[in-house]
Amino acid sequence: MTVQQTIDPLLEEISGPTPRQILRKRVTGHKGLIFGLFVVFLLVLVAVFAPLLAPHSPYEQSLGSRMIEPVFLGGTWEHPLGTDHLGRDYMSRLIYGARVSLLIGLVAAMISGTIGTAMGVAAGYFGGKVDAVVTFLINVRLAMPVVLVALAVVAILGGSLQVVIGVLGLLLWDRFAVVMRASTLQVRRREYVAAAQAIGASTTRVVLSEIMPNIVNNLIVIVTLEMAHAILLEATLSFLGLGVQPPTPSWGLMVSEGKNMMLFEPWLVLIPGVVLFVLVLAINLMGDGLRDVTAPDSRS
Amino acid sequence: MLPFILKRLGLAILVAFTVSFISFSLLFLSGDPAAALAGETASGEDVEAIRVLYGFNRPMLVQYGEWLVQALQGNFGESYYFKLPVASLIADRLSVTMTLGVCGITFALLTAVPLGVAAAIRPNSIIDRVALFLSVAGQAMPSFWFGLILIVVFAIKLGWLPPSGATTWRHFIMPTIVLGYYAMPAIMRLTRAGMLEVLSSDYIRTARAKGAGEGRVMFKHALRNAIIPVVSLAAVQMGFMLGGSIVVESVFALHGAGYLAWESIARNDLPTVQALILIFSMFYIIFTFLADVLNAWLDPRMRSS
Repeated sequence: MTVQQTIDPLLEEISGPTPRQILRKRVTGHKGLIFGLFVVFLLVLVAVFAPLLAPHSPYEQSLGSRMIEPVFLGGTWEHPLGTDHLGRDYMSRLIYGARVSLLIGLVAAMISGTIGTAMGVAAGYFGGKVDAVVTFLINVRLAMPVVLVALAVVAILGGSLQVVIGVLGLLLWDRFAVVMRASTLQVRRREYVAAAQAIGASTTRVVLSEIMPNIVNNLIVIVTLEMAHAILLEATLSFLGLGVQPPTPSWGLMVSEGKNMMLFEPWLVLIPGVVLFVLVLAINLMGDGLRDVTAPDSRS
Repeated sequence: MLPFILKRLGLAILVAFTVSFISFSLLFLSGDPAAALAGETASGEDVEAIRVLYGFNRPMLVQYGEWLVQALQGNFGESYYFKLPVASLIADRLSVTMTLGVCGITFALLTAVPLGVAAAIRPNSIIDRVALFLSVAGQAMPSFWFGLILIVVFAIKLGWLPPSGATTWRHFIMPTIVLGYYAMPAIMRLTRAGMLEVLSSDYIRTARAKGAGEGRVMFKHALRNAIIPVVSLAAVQMGFMLGGSIVVESVFALHGAGYLAWESIARNDLPTVQALILIFSMFYIIFTFLADVLNAWLDPRMRSS
């Protein structure tokens, strides 16, 4: 037996599991995170492979087969979740609706994330006047009623996917700015940042290679939570008739269209709402889980 | 204390002016407000007449200045649709929204604070899990959908409550629950976290050691300190709720200011929309200002920042 072989198990006993092992254990032991990841992954697959999964076209109307009930209420397997007031297959519309929700959530969160991160990191890193201006802008943004402003802008510019994404992206940067500012303030005074500055690294370099890697965990958590926020807001705007316009299959729009027949066919409202709820719940659980796993001490 | 209040007041006023400029600029987002107002079928002459009539032909900053001077005197112009002064239109509708907002935040506090305290006293117990479930579900629940489900169950199937309108207190039950549930998760989480932190502090151990009863420790010593951040969160949530009442009011056909906003947006009634955005922002600014002052009064450490 070599010295190495005798030392290795000993070392392991002294040093305990490696960071990677600890992380893996935390991830697999976190039920919320596992559930969230699983559901989100599943819905992303549904969205990507929508043309293969949808039994019918989400747009094709058939006035002869309107308001067929879902299979669990006595319908047929031809339309597993029934058809809407224009005879469009409900399941196909739900499947294509996943594309709309996920696309809007992802792109809006990326736009607002870029704006908010730039503002927050600049405020935290430079401090002083820059910080004062950014804090002021955050205050202004928080004072504006989001739903009202978004509705008004969409009404003026016209409801399309691009406008809704743009409006949400330009409105939802506040949480990014707040969290990135606080995170940057925390790491800015660390020795490694001072060391990078001392060897003459440029500001860009310090921010990109010393600050960013150490706050990216928080960024990912906020991206997830704001994605959920954007998806909920899109559904709300579309429900109020000033978001994505018909005949685009948006879950919020489906609830709104089903509302008129709610008295007799409540499932028209129930089904798209449940799907929306499950997606937002899963993304939130994923975000909360990521926060617990990457920063266990900040758990509340 | 006074320097803090003055500084905070200055910031609030500056924010208010910036918001007023943004809500005024919304009018110009469409490029030409006169063309938007005249409609698609209008001729070039009609558009020009409207431009002169409403004064859109002058520089934007001049128009903003005039609008601001008028708005400061409580005059927000005339509604394009109702042909009535916007200020009186909004004043008529505001009481419904305020009632809803007050009921909503009361409901949220009455459910969230006891639940948060109970969850913190026994972490990982059944109550803690129920509280966690309610808050996670609440954050993912689309309020418009939750409202519709309540209507289906309690108004249509059971017939216990009226589905829409605002004539009696019974009309406010479901809207209150929907709006309150929207604000509940954040308040509950903050109460729980605050209580957990306070309960593990030294002075609680001291209070117990000197033989204070458990009820006295919880409410006189612990809750009093844990509740301070909740006060300011509740004020912030109240501001958000007034802005969010647009969804609840449209679901339950409550004819308040939120419903007016929704109608006016759909009708391109820009003076009303501008005024409503400004007024909802003002509420938020006033509430957060009062919360900060209250916080500074309760906790002197806050005054320095």
